[in-house]
Amino acid sequence: MSFFLIITAVVTLFAAVIAMSLRNLVHCALMLAVSFSGVAAIYLQLNAEFVGFTEILVYVGAVAILIVMAILLTRSGETPDKTVLTSGWPAGVAVTAMVFVILGWAILNSSVLPVPPETVPHATVKNIGDILMTKYVLPLEIIALMLTAAMIGAVIIAYKEEVKSPGDRSEGAQVKPAYSNKPAPVPVAAHELEKEGAL
Amino acid sequence: MFDKIDQVFVASLHWLVSFLPEAWRPVASSLISIAFILAVFPALFSIVTIFERKGIGRIQNRYGPNRVGIPFTKIRLAGFGQFLPDGLKMLTKEDIVPRSADKLVHFLAPVVLLIPVLLAYSVLPFGRNMTIADYDAGLLFFLAVGGAVEVSVFMAGWSSRNKYSLLGAMRAIAQMLSYEIPLILSAVTVVMVVGSLNLSEIIRHQNQYTYGIAHWHVFTPWGFVGFVLFFIASLAESNRTPFDLPEAESEIIAGYFTEYSGFKFALFFLGEYLGMFAISGLGITLFLGGWTAPFSFLTWIPSYVWFLAKLLAIVFVFIWIRATLPRLRMDQLMNFAWKFMLPLALINIVVAGIWFYLGHDWQRWPICAVILVCAYAALGRALMRPQQFGKRVYRYAE
Repeated sequence: MSFFLIITAVVTLFAAVIAMSLRNLVHCALMLAVSFSGVAAIYLQLNAEFVGFTEILVYVGAVAILIVMAILLTRSGETPDKTVLTSGWPAGVAVTAMVFVILGWAILNSSVLPVPPETVPHATVKNIGDILMTKYVLPLEIIALMLTAAMIGAVIIAYKEEVKSPGDRSEGAQVKPAYSNKPAPVPVAAHELEKEGAL
Repeated sequence: MFDKIDQVFVASLHWLVSFLPEAWRPVASSLISIAFILAVFPALFSIVTIFERKGIGRIQNRYGPNRVGIPFTKIRLAGFGQFLPDGLKMLTKEDIVPRSADKLVHFLAPVVLLIPVLLAYSVLPFGRNMTIADYDAGLLFFLAVGGAVEVSVFMAGWSSRNKYSLLGAMRAIAQMLSYEIPLILSAVTVVMVVGSLNLSEIIRHQNQYTYGIAHWHVFTPWGFVGFVLFFIASLAESNRTPFDLPEAESEIIAGYFTEYSGFKFALFFLGEYLGMFAISGLGITLFLGGWTAPFSFLTWIPSYVWFLAKLLAIVFVFIWIRATLPRLRMDQLMNFAWKFMLPLALINIVVAGIWFYLGHDWQRWPICAVILVCAYAALGRALMRPQQFGKRVYRYAE
């Protein structure tokens, strides 16, 4: 284990722990992004270029952004007052530690584990691509199909059905242009809103 | 002789490093390369801001900056000294942080923006043998660090606690995510034909000449379409007009960096321009032959000169477009990305496959060109069909 590997591992784990314990959800998501970058750095130190770059591309570039967008769109940005830890957290830690010990013990003593090879396999991007397109082409296609199905499902859930009038430019989209061919709705006067305390 | 001039930077780097003990050489060599990037591209940024202001001025029939020269003399340098006082002004301005802002995230956002942008330069080949980190998957590295820019945009927009900042960040992220797809898909065609993600390998593939004309990818049907798609997507990725909704000054002040002042504002500016140079450099590498010459009788010109010339040409087109086109509306932006560019990029991938498997037949030229022209016409018509223009009714302005 090299010195740099230890540093990246410590940073990754530290970021992950902070991501779990902070109160502000957006801060948690940002720390999670730091943790993802740390994992990518560890992959790079193990000479797994492709996995490392993909980790950054998918997790930092897409998943972290997805998480913060989901937080912003579903709840107000206010920080919760109550503590994050519930009263029974020591029990949770104990159970987790026990599961970890049992799993680790089982894996280390298992005879199924293959003996690690003496030489480090040299996996270039080209090799990975070749294997993905020949040996593992079926799993790849199945994953692609499932992702497409999930995406279509998400679009159907999100799609708002609207009664379309002929000549409506917006085509059922939720973003309405500032002008349309429909007659204008009667605007609510500003002073009326003010009376209700909305302004 | 010409070879010596071409390799002058590489040779001087080796010469400088040779004074050091053996163990320090790799570290010293990378440090010098980093210093090179940090010196050259911010300098280019300062020059390009003047070019931009003067160029837009000329296009809009006015002068642009033309006063600043050398102080205490009559020499005016045609206004090209403008960037120095601009930079000094930015450095000495007060740094204002809103009281309700998230201080740490607000401080980190410009820093986080610069890191991926500068990292992207490490894989670009600036000239023959002038790649700083020649990764096997260099293209993937570039695209991966480019994706990390969105995090910084979000950090800036969210931490400012300003509705304009947040709106700008939302717009920017939606736009960047949408246009990243055609960007990557148009780059995929090059990877398919070359068979490598290594940027030096991609240039080597284009560094051949038939009848004195280079084998640049932009000269092939799929490469031309890919380049145009890549160029439009890179305009959107670097938030340039007509895709500058994230910082539309007439709508949301300055978008996600509304609440930044002083040098942090300048850092955002710098990050944007450096991102623009980097993505132009990638476009040059993928489609315009990188540092190679267009004609075989011009190969004596040093490779880095070609790279810089192509970079400045692309930046000039960016400026030209900014001075010419108006801003898109949000729904037009999204429709264009998802209904036109994405299908065309997918069709282009199929065409690149056909091109690859037809081998060196001459028939691949007309076949690929016809498919692409038909696809372009059909998609364009399909996108325009629902637009039934009638009498406009203004909902809010009556």
